[in-house]
Parts: sequence; structure tokens; C-alpha cells
Amino acid sequence: MIAVENLSLAIHGEAILRDVSFAMVPGRTFGLVGESGSGKSMTALALMRLLPESARTSGAVTLDSINLLDKPEAEMCALRGNQLGMIFQEPMTALNPVQTIGNQVAETLRIHGIATHADARDVARARLDRVGLPQIALDRYPHELSGGQRQRVCIATAIALRPRLLIADEPTTALDVTTQAQILDLLRGLVEEEGMALLLITHDLAVVADMADHVAVMQAGEIVEQGPTPQVLSEQRHPYTRALFEASDHRPARTPRPLGAPLLTASDVDRHYPGPRTGLLRRGAPVKAVDGVSLTLKTGESLGLVGESGCGKSTLTRALLGLDKVQGGEIAALGNPVSPAMPNALRAGIQVVFQDPYGSFNPRWRVEHLVAEPFHLLDEKPTREDRRRKVGEALLAVGLQPSDMDKYPHEFSGGQRQRIAIARALITNPKILVLDEAVSALDVRVRARILDLLADLQDRMGLSYLFISHDLTVVRAITDRVMVMQAGRIVEQGPTEQVFAAPGHEYTQALLAAAPRLPGYARPS
Amino acid sequence: MTRLPVSMILGAALSAVFLAMALLSFVWTPHDVEQLVIANRLQPASSEFPLGTDQFGRDLLSMLMVGARVSLAVALVAVSIGVVIGVPLGLAAAATRGSLLDELIMRGNDLIFAFPSLVIAILITAVFGPSAFNAIIAIGIFNIPVFARVARGGALSLWTLDYILAARVAGKGRTRISVEHILPNIVNLLIVQATIQFSLGILAEAALSYVGLSVQPPVPSWGRMLSDAQTMIYSHPMLAILPGLAIVLMVLGLNLMGDGLRDLLDPRLRRQRQ
Repeated sequence: MIAVENLSLAIHGEAILRDVSFAMVPGRTFGLVGESGSGKSMTALALMRLLPESARTSGAVTLDSINLLDKPEAEMCALRGNQLGMIFQEPMTALNPVQTIGNQVAETLRIHGIATHADARDVARARLDRVGLPQIALDRYPHELSGGQRQRVCIATAIALRPRLLIADEPTTALDVTTQAQILDLLRGLVEEEGMALLLITHDLAVVADMADHVAVMQAGEIVEQGPTPQVLSEQRHPYTRALFEASDHRPARTPRPLGAPLLTASDVDRHYPGPRTGLLRRGAPVKAVDGVSLTLKTGESLGLVGESGCGKSTLTRALLGLDKVQGGEIAALGNPVSPAMPNALRAGIQVVFQDPYGSFNPRWRVEHLVAEPFHLLDEKPTREDRRRKVGEALLAVGLQPSDMDKYPHEFSGGQRQRIAIARALITNPKILVLDEAVSALDVRVRARILDLLADLQDRMGLSYLFISHDLTVVRAITDRVMVMQAGRIVEQGPTEQVFAAPGHEYTQALLAAAPRLPGYARPS
Repeated sequence: MTRLPVSMILGAALSAVFLAMALLSFVWTPHDVEQLVIANRLQPASSEFPLGTDQFGRDLLSMLMVGARVSLAVALVAVSIGVVIGVPLGLAAAATRGSLLDELIMRGNDLIFAFPSLVIAILITAVFGPSAFNAIIAIGIFNIPVFARVARGGALSLWTLDYILAARVAGKGRTRISVEHILPNIVNLLIVQATIQFSLGILAEAALSYVGLSVQPPVPSWGRMLSDAQTMIYSHPMLAILPGLAIVLMVLGLNLMGDGLRDLLDPRLRRQRQ
């Protein structure tokens, strides 16, 4: 029995957690759900006593009625890895790149003096077998494994000593849906067989609904609601839970309109990268990142492109934007060929919004300068007043204030930055907008608002969207037609609802089956 | 703004003292350093000669002041050569990464790195004669690959960011992106490297003038003061200690300042410190 009682936490005098209380039972999964900054991860770190130096805690975290918050650091070291295990979001950075995976799993055992070198290797082997990596040798290095395999190694490390509590902090957020389903299955099995308690931290209500026996909803450092998962999710007593639930499968209102002529076409596009060097002058076979892809985007249409990481979506996007040369096939936008040498006037007609709201802006430029950057494409550059006026209008159109143009990007939240990115993309009045995972990094409520904005802009300005995402829910919410991409090829395409309702290709079926779904509870009004 | 690191304050203070000495020497020194008064030779420290005099009767404080000017000037110009030529080369290499131009620039860098700087300096002097100008050229050449490398490394990681992609979608070419987006974001790295190169330049100038390949007599320099004091190191150790101390303190000051600047300007290190 592990209980958190009235846990409060302040860093530099600023309250991060307030009166957090919950209890975890062996053999059960406890879900902690909330948006970024709500204090989920801080709760986990407080449990492990891994908080920054300046943190001050009060309340209690009890394991067998002993308060962990009172324990000296040396005793906590003996508990961590032994009684308390933890896995993180990013399996690449959670593993040491210069140590073999066998050593990293065995390390836990050796640190706690449980096993000698040889025994530790045997246990490491057994634990790696248990997490589903029987075919992976102990002397492999993290970079030789896929993301899902790395997360399995992290899990093996965390459960090496069969801890009483396993904390999983967004364990599948960095993984593809099919891999996510496998990792969640593994965790579920571990909880049942090993009888450990699992604290599952996630932003994804569907994952919690799928996994957790009990759930707590966290907002701004406080638990606003908790209870058995089916009850919390069906009753949705707290308005915040309801808001999260509604935002999770939010569908913006879109007015159906007749589609016009084809705006953007690609026929048999190939994009190859040179193969890896195999000798001084020899190279392996070229990598076909995009392999014979054809697509048509019509005026006013919203076309989705779905696929997992490494399937070639981003490479295709860069080719469609005329940033990279293609090795075969043709791309045409607005009736003109697209290539790195295409004229600026054509570039102005096809703009893009990227995923990362933090990497999308030069941190040293003001918003005015950032949003006005595509004016470079115009033959006649606007005057300074004209520029300010147009940037102001663009900011208003995306729901920001014209006065925001004098600020720097770091003064905005993730959602606001994505609005700025949309303003920048719209400043030259393009016909085509490419949205490359444009809402993937956002919290659900922010994401819902950005989707509304996109739908609204499409209605008002008659834009055509190419919406690229790994997230099936989002694609379903905003597209008319969808294409599914796998290993550089389009394996299936058709009207969105039709593809989602009756997927034809086995890959599409696998994708849809793997995606965690929110149970269709009747919504209390 | 976070607290300034102590090392930074100490380093900046040391550097400022030497800079002030050097600047003051342009308008005023306690005594004329080019005038030899044998009657005053080897005086101990006194009110007239605060640090004493050398074997030719020149005031040591005045010589140290002018020497600071020489050291700083040579190092400053040499670093500037490195920045002005090296940074554009590094930016060009990063902008065309993987191309023939990138290879040419980087292999050219390797070539310069492979030569011992003192040998090149001796070579230049053997051909053109010893002078401060030639010392600057010799030190400056070796700064070029350093700055090219730092600029290229910093730029390469920036080229993968979305805002560079956004600038390309806005139709901007490589040169324009390098100047507008890349350069302002690697200035931090360059400033830190410049302080380090500056202190290395001062050491190099001292080494060259020690073997007589930098500024020529009668203009004093720290390196030559050291070599002149060599024969009297047992009878008059202060003659060697004072210029030696000047070199050590100046280099220490600049290194401390470089470290402090790196802590201050590198956001990754800044987060760690908090």
C-alpha cells in the first residue's frame, strides 16, 4: 500500500502541488491525468524524492506506513530501483548510449548488492525476455534498437528488482500508436503477474480509460477529481474533467462545400537518399524515403496524410514545399511545377505550419519580424506601416492581439505560438496550407481550439489543407479525405469516414486497432 | 537576470586593469621607455620608480604598460582576422554541408591545424623580417580554422530547426539565412571562443617576442622583457617575475572571463546552475 497524503510542494516559494492525496494498491494501475504543467511529473518526482534542491515539501508519502519524505538520502537510494521503479517518456535519453543494454539492466542489481556480476547477467537476460526482447543480445547498444525496444529495456531496468511501485511518466508519448499498444499491453501484464502497483502518468484520457483502475484528474497542482476510472469518466463531475473529455475528441464545425479544381498534384514522386557508405567509393542501395507517391489536393479540400514515424511523411512534405529535389515524378501547385528553383510568387501560394511551437521561431526576433518574414516572397515589399498593419490583421485573424507583434516568441504559450505560426503562414494569402503535425505537441484543450481556428480559417478564406499527422483522432476530426502512408508508399486512400469505418488495407486496420479509444460514455449535460 | 558568476567578475576586473594600463600608456607613462639612462640601472622599487628599473635604467612599470598595449593590440588584431575570415567560412561550410565546398573548407582547416604555429611564424619572419605586423599575421592565420570550426558546429545544429525551414519556405537563400538567422544565434559561441583565443593570442605574442620575432626594440614587450631578464634571474629576479606575472594574470583574467561568459550565455549551462 503506497499512499500520498496531503502532499504539497513549493519551488522557490511558488506552490507547485497543493494537498495531493491518493493511494495505490498492489496489482492495480492508478492513472494520473492532466495537461502539461499541471504537476503530474512533479508528483512522481516527489514520490521518488528526485526533486530539485530548492523544492520544499510537506505532507507524507507512505510506503508500509513509513514516511518517505522523512528518510535520509542514503536510505532513499536503497529504495529507489529496489522498491520504487520509474520509466520516462524519452527512451533514447533515459539510456546511456555508451553502455550495453545488458549492463544497464544488471546495474540495478549490482548497485543494490543483490547479485554478483554473473548472476546479474542471468537476471538481466530473464528480465529482458520478460519484457519481450528474447531475441536481443545483452551486448547490444541502445542506438541499435528501435524506440519501442528501448522503452522495453527501460522497463526491464525498472522492474529488475520487482519493485512494489512502478512509475511510468508518459511512457508511450514518444512512440507510434502500434508500438504504444504493445508497451501498454506489456505494462498491463506486468502489473497483473508481478503484483506491482503502477502509477501511470499521461495526458491522454484514452490511454487512462484503457489502462487504469483508478484515475485522478490533475489541474494546476491540485487533484480536482478522483475515483474508479469508469465512474470518473462517465460521470465527469468536475467541469475540468468534462472539458478534457470534450476536447479529447473535439470535432470542429465545418461547413461542407463543393470542391474545386485540383490545386496541388503529385504524380509518381520518388525521393531517394544515397545509401550508407559500404566502402571508400561504394555505397549501398539508395533509401527510398518516398516511393511512387501520387496525390491530388482540390480547392477547398482538407486532405489528411497519416503514417508512423519514418514512413516518409516529412520527406514528402519537404518535396511538396519545393525544398528538396525529387528523383522521379512531378509535383505541380497552382498549375506550375514545384521544385527548389520555383519562383517566389508560387512559393507565396503554398505555406506551412510546423509541429514544434518552440523550434519554429528565431528566438531573437520579435513577432512582427517573424510573421512578416514571408513578405520576402513578394516582388513589392510592403512599407513599414503597411507591414505592421498586415501583421496586425493576421494576428487578429488567428485570435491574438495586434499589440502582440512587439513581443518575443518566448513570451507566448505553446498554443499561442502555434497561432503565430499560422499567422506567418497566412500573411502572403496562400491557397494551400501544409500542416505538418501542427497540433501534435499541444495539450488537448489547446489543440481543440487550434482545430476550431483552422476550420474557421478554411471557411473564411477558402484554404486547402494538407494535414499531416500520426494522430488518427485529429485527422478524423478535420479532414475530408485521408491517405495512409507506410514505408514511403500510399497504401490506402479514400474519404476519411469511409477509411476509418471500413479500413481496406491491413496496415490501416492495425493502426486503427492500436489506437486507444475513449469509451463512448453518454455525456452528462 | 541571474547573479553574475564570481569568476566572471574577477576575470573582467583583471582584464579591465590591463586594458586601462594599455590605454593609459598611449597618453602617459611614468617614464619614457625608449630612453636609456644607465645611471638609473637596476634600481629597486622607489617612489620615483614604483617597480624599479632594468639593466638599461628603464622604468619597469612604464615598460609593462607599453607591453600590455603591444600584447593586447597583437592579440586583438589576430583574433579579428580569425573572426572576419573564419566565421564566414564556417557559415558557408554549414550552409552547404556535405558539398565539395564544405569539404574544401574543412580539409583546408585541418591543413592549417596540422602546422605548428611557431614554425610558421619563424617562416614568415625569415621571409618578411621580424615585426609586430608579421606576428599578427602568423597568430591570425591560426585563429581562422578555430573560428571556422566553432561557427560551422554551431550553425549545423541550427540548420535542422524548423525556423530555418520556415525561412526557406519564405524563399530565403542560404546566404541570407546564414546572415539573418544563423549568425545572431551563434554569436554567444563566438564571443566565448574569442575570449579564449584572445588569451591564447597573448601567450603566442609573448612566445614570439621572447624569441625576438614580434615587435622590435626599442618598443618593449612582455616576452622580450622575460628573455632580457634571463641572464640576471639570480641577481635580480624581479625583472623576470614582473613580466611573467603580467602574462599569467592577463591570461588568467581572460580565461576566467571566457568561462564566466560561457556560463552566462549558454542556456543549457544556465539551467544547470539554477
